[in-house]
Amino acid sequence: MVSTRTGGRGLSRWRAAIAGSVALIAVPTIAACGSDSGTTINVYQAPEQNFQTVVDKCNEQANGRYKIVYNKLPRDADGQREQMVRRLAAGDTGLDVLGLDVTWVPEFAEAKWLEEFTGENKANAEDGVLKGPLSTAMWNGKLYGATKNTNVQLLWYDDQLTQSPPQTWDEMIDASKQLKSQGKPYHIVFTGAQYEGLVVLYNSLVASEGGHILSDDGKQVVMDQGAVDALKLLKEVATSGITDPSMTNAQEQQVQQSFEAPDSQAAFELNWPYVYAAMQAANPDRAKHFKWARYPGINGDSKTTIGGLNLAVSSMSLHKPEAFDAVKCLRGPDSQKFQAICDGVPPTIESIYTDEAAIDPCPGATTTDKPTMASAYPMKDTILEELKDPAVRPLTVVYQNLSTITAKVLSPPAEIDPESTAQELRDGLQKALDSKGVLP
Amino acid sequence: MSQTVETGTPAEVVPAKKKPVLSEGKRAERRLGWLLCAPAAIVMVAVTGWPIIYSVWLSLQRYDLRFPDDREFVGLSNYAAVLTDKYWWTAFGITSLITVVSVIIELVLGMLLALIMHRTLVGRGLVRTVSLIPYGIVTVVAAFSWFYAWNTDTGYLTSLFGAEAPLTQQISSLAIIILAEVWKTTPFMALLLMAGLALVPDDLLKAASMDGATAWQRFTKVMLPVMKPAILVALLFRTLDAFRVFDNIFVLTKGANDTSSVSMQTYNNLIKGLNLGIGSTMSVLIFIAVAIIAFIFIKLFGASAPGSDSGGRR
Repeated sequence: MVSTRTGGRGLSRWRAAIAGSVALIAVPTIAACGSDSGTTINVYQAPEQNFQTVVDKCNEQANGRYKIVYNKLPRDADGQREQMVRRLAAGDTGLDVLGLDVTWVPEFAEAKWLEEFTGENKANAEDGVLKGPLSTAMWNGKLYGATKNTNVQLLWYDDQLTQSPPQTWDEMIDASKQLKSQGKPYHIVFTGAQYEGLVVLYNSLVASEGGHILSDDGKQVVMDQGAVDALKLLKEVATSGITDPSMTNAQEQQVQQSFEAPDSQAAFELNWPYVYAAMQAANPDRAKHFKWARYPGINGDSKTTIGGLNLAVSSMSLHKPEAFDAVKCLRGPDSQKFQAICDGVPPTIESIYTDEAAIDPCPGATTTDKPTMASAYPMKDTILEELKDPAVRPLTVVYQNLSTITAKVLSPPAEIDPESTAQELRDGLQKALDSKGVLP
Repeated sequence: MSQTVETGTPAEVVPAKKKPVLSEGKRAERRLGWLLCAPAAIVMVAVTGWPIIYSVWLSLQRYDLRFPDDREFVGLSNYAAVLTDKYWWTAFGITSLITVVSVIIELVLGMLLALIMHRTLVGRGLVRTVSLIPYGIVTVVAAFSWFYAWNTDTGYLTSLFGAEAPLTQQISSLAIIILAEVWKTTPFMALLLMAGLALVPDDLLKAASMDGATAWQRFTKVMLPVMKPAILVALLFRTLDAFRVFDNIFVLTKGANDTSSVSMQTYNNLIKGLNLGIGSTMSVLIFIAVAIIAFIFIKLFGASAPGSDSGGRR
């Protein structure tokens, strides 16, 4: 009796376990079948707080023709690129729309992973878009992406220390030395760590010098006199005793915090516009005196490196027409304006900068005030001015190598030897173009 | 493989020199033996042999996913490119340093731990279990706890030692990587060494102490010589493992500030750089380096292959 009972119980336990595992396997399968009834457009993009709202609006507009699903990529750029690259290299058809950093389009296009924008899609993606950001979506004269947002750094200063902001690097260095001799805060803070931020700075310097790192088609190494002069300037800034001692570890966040700190020694900051809102929250006292100006130039007006994001359609997508349609909505004027105001990412469509219409309060806003471009971007005119005179980072298939090598060779900036550093860059970049470049 | 078939028929093994004519039945039996072995052999070749051959083949080509049209056979020029590159040699030096330092520390600590585990009288099971916990934790998970412990914002160890951003400097980063490696794999070392300790006969130790040998003499003159095969196997395993160090570095520094290991660099060139030619060249070079390490241990130090008895030495 006893043995039969245990046997029976054992059996039923097994049965339950089997039933359970069958259910486990079956449920996701059924769920997957359910979503297959319509077309799904998978968007792979970096996390942005309110992008889901944009996706929801676009799904409404699509009216059931397709359903956009927002797949969040990792926060860091390398992680985003790696995930997309790995799947594209394996021929994954599950990616439809890709959120590409402005420096990735040539690489993805040359690898034949992107579908070209033609005809109406092209006209739409180019309509009213600023030239600088638009050029980051082009490769070999063809358009492979639609600009979603851009970004540009400004010069931030404290009007208690400096009444009129410096217009050139020389003026800024002099002003800093003068403040130092007066015993006032004097640091020039910028992204000096060994990473992309240092490349962004160097690229602005090269462009403002009128120099070139690569040829315009991105296929030859140039590293001309302008590029060498930019190295000299960078070294001068780093060795004149006017930077923060921890400059070689400073990324955007450290730069921002060093200006916000109560005992801050910073007088000038080169950083993205997001620091304005951050300053209001972190140090309301100093925020009253926190002003902005155009990025400092060298001989005349500056050219400033632009950032941002482009949306592209994967060449392996099984739903290309729908994907192009989704891109049109996701980066359209309404979406750009909404994200500019609510996510703090500057738009690429010029007319939005002068658009004065208010929008509904952002999701999660504490006030019921209707925000406008002017309320979200008091510095929007300066941003637009810089965007019209941009320094685009070299458009090249081997940008990954260029960025890694440049950041490495320039670190630490105080140890730059202009001529030999330039030669090192030349060699490294040429090797990368020949597929012989070794990434450290 | 043929041995397995022959073991059953010792009568035939003896006159094997003259290649005996096998009867029909024996031949069928042998064929069956081969057929039975075949699936396993084919799977083995497929999962180990093929990737190796394919990497060697890739390493002889210019094959960069970013330049799909420029794929061509380039002979050994990828090897020339890698072997003349200073980043490669930096990574090679760093990897060797991490390997040597961590394995030495692990050997000393592992030996202590093994002695403790071997000698404990009270709660032997508990002591053994507790000391094996680090080895049971997934390396990436452990690496993340080290990462947060040494972080500038949240790191309790950073503030404890008053260090400033230890993971942004080369020396301190390497020290932390080695610490994480040692913490993680000392139990493994201890486990292998404990197996060696079990080989030391108690009689021998008692006899030595009767003859007036001190504890240290008993350790160096009796235990170590008897344990030598076990120690060498443990060292071999750990050296091979340590040379391929990846996960701790990937989590802790991502290879910044010259803390890249060769595996890390291979990953960067393959996955980040999409350069299959250069990346495969690096993995072949790592393979060769690992083979050389194994060769040195087995031929020069006389480590025996695991599983074979001491007769297999030399």
